[in-house]
Amino acid sequence: MAEKVFTRNFHLKDSHTLGVYRETGGYTAVAKAFRMEPAAITEEVKKSNLRGLGGAGFPTGTKWSFIPKGSTAPKYLVVNADEGEPGTFKDRYLLERDPHAVIEGMLIAARAIDSHLGFIYIRGEYVDPWRVVSGAVREAYGAGLLGKNVLGSGFDFDVVVHRGAGAYICGEETGLLSSLEGKKGWPKIKPPFPAIKGAFGQPTIVNNVETLAAVPPIINRGAAWFAGLGTKTQGGTRLFSVSGHVVKPGVVEAPVSITLRSLIYEECGGIPNGRRLKGVVPGGSSAAILTADEIDVTMDVDGLRNAGTMAGSAGVIVMDDTVSMPEALMVVARFYAHESCGQCTPCRESTGWIYKMAHRIVEGKGRKEDLDTILDVAKRGAGTTICAFYDGAVGPYISYIEKYRDEFEALIRRAGDA
Amino acid sequence: MPGGDPRNPRFDPEQIAEVQRLQSLYPDRRGALLPVLHLAQATFGYVSLEVEEYVAGLFELTPAHVHEVVTFYTLFFQAPKGRHVVSVCHNLSCHLMGAKTIIEHLKQRLGVEVGETTGDGRVTLLTVECLCACEQAPMMQVDDRYEGLLTPEKVDRVLEGLS
Repeated sequence: MAEKVFTRNFHLKDSHTLGVYRETGGYTAVAKAFRMEPAAITEEVKKSNLRGLGGAGFPTGTKWSFIPKGSTAPKYLVVNADEGEPGTFKDRYLLERDPHAVIEGMLIAARAIDSHLGFIYIRGEYVDPWRVVSGAVREAYGAGLLGKNVLGSGFDFDVVVHRGAGAYICGEETGLLSSLEGKKGWPKIKPPFPAIKGAFGQPTIVNNVETLAAVPPIINRGAAWFAGLGTKTQGGTRLFSVSGHVVKPGVVEAPVSITLRSLIYEECGGIPNGRRLKGVVPGGSSAAILTADEIDVTMDVDGLRNAGTMAGSAGVIVMDDTVSMPEALMVVARFYAHESCGQCTPCRESTGWIYKMAHRIVEGKGRKEDLDTILDVAKRGAGTTICAFYDGAVGPYISYIEKYRDEFEALIRRAGDA
Repeated sequence: MPGGDPRNPRFDPEQIAEVQRLQSLYPDRRGALLPVLHLAQATFGYVSLEVEEYVAGLFELTPAHVHEVVTFYTLFFQAPKGRHVVSVCHNLSCHLMGAKTIIEHLKQRLGVEVGETTGDGRVTLLTVECLCACEQAPMMQVDDRYEGLLTPEKVDRVLEGLS
């Protein structure tokens, strides 16, 4: 049986409580971290090959090392719990079932980057997770694990639990920071990167929930152990959120080197109702779709990049052979049109117009030139915007059309005949 | 606890203390704007222009700034809503698992279109983007609660439970 890092306590009654977390070894990693030099903590996380599990896959230890050395400015640690990538739900499980793992990860990260104030930014719709996390933070304060002089170490760390208000773009780290500052969630131009100038103008590290939950086990069991669970370039297991047409949808913890085929057919019981696989989105809706012939890929960041898609948030959306790809694209295009923050013209305009075109194709009013127009607009706009949102939208636009073009053309031909 | 007047919004002293506590948590008190807007909506029912102006005053922000924020986020209502808000996810996983049938069923049962409130003020029906509970698709949010693995029969049971 594969090692469980993130879900090890999920089956325990009251796993969200401090008592259960401590009984299973909780808050021993932070005690160890307090005996380490901050730079040694960052070094350990670097060696573990932990890569950000929110979507971008950036090496976590390297990110921490961007905080200016010796800076006396206040530094902030922000947990990105604004889970929103379509097809992803694993952070919700961590927030509800093991919030203390996240808090302990925050404490260790805070020690590494010399931060004394952290924020947990939770999407506004996650009311229950927000209540559970708020309760866990209160418990941690009560036990001297947060606040002044944590565990008698002389280290102070406060945590504020912050609720968002409904906007996908706030999962983008600089959009999140704008939102945390009491503004609309417009992403900011980089550089300066948040590690130099982030929340409230100060050096800031933004890490995903699952990323921080990985940190206590890394400190306790060592970088080599975590690195050994994964591939050469990405350590660990991770949480895959699997949904759509599978027998057993849900959160699956597996090594990052698992193949997509094994995830679908072994972990999730395959395709129900005797249907065949048609396509699968491997890393949240912003990842390019893979056809049924393309699932012998490993799910690590580099494996999926080499397959022309991305690991993203590890939200796996499985589609059987009853699915209309033009309709699926329309649904996805509607999402990007709705969620574009409107700041950059290529994104604001293209997401709106591409949705309208996808819609008219589905309505049987498509024009012969529509597919090439969508592809042209998608390819020209990629890389021209402040944040990665539009690049994410382009993933599905291009891949759905290029991989299932016959199906789109058949719909358009029928429209032409009518 | 709606009951405050959205046309003449005033927090009570306890709420003012809560606003000040929230503001003190951030390096710049404006960080508390979203939490205070949540509090305002819970108190006054929705975020009217008067509520925006009142909240702006609590932060020494312009009403325009607050308006820009309120209109950016989906969870702030600028007009009265029903006693309950039913938000059905229509993103990809829920689409694959039959969200369209659920939305049609709700429209028919409630006698409203998406975006409307029933005549008795009981339910506002919305469609929303991914709520990140795709393992329970098709799903919806009813006020604070997630309801998943929906069938028309389950939707009926949920609706019956709403006052």
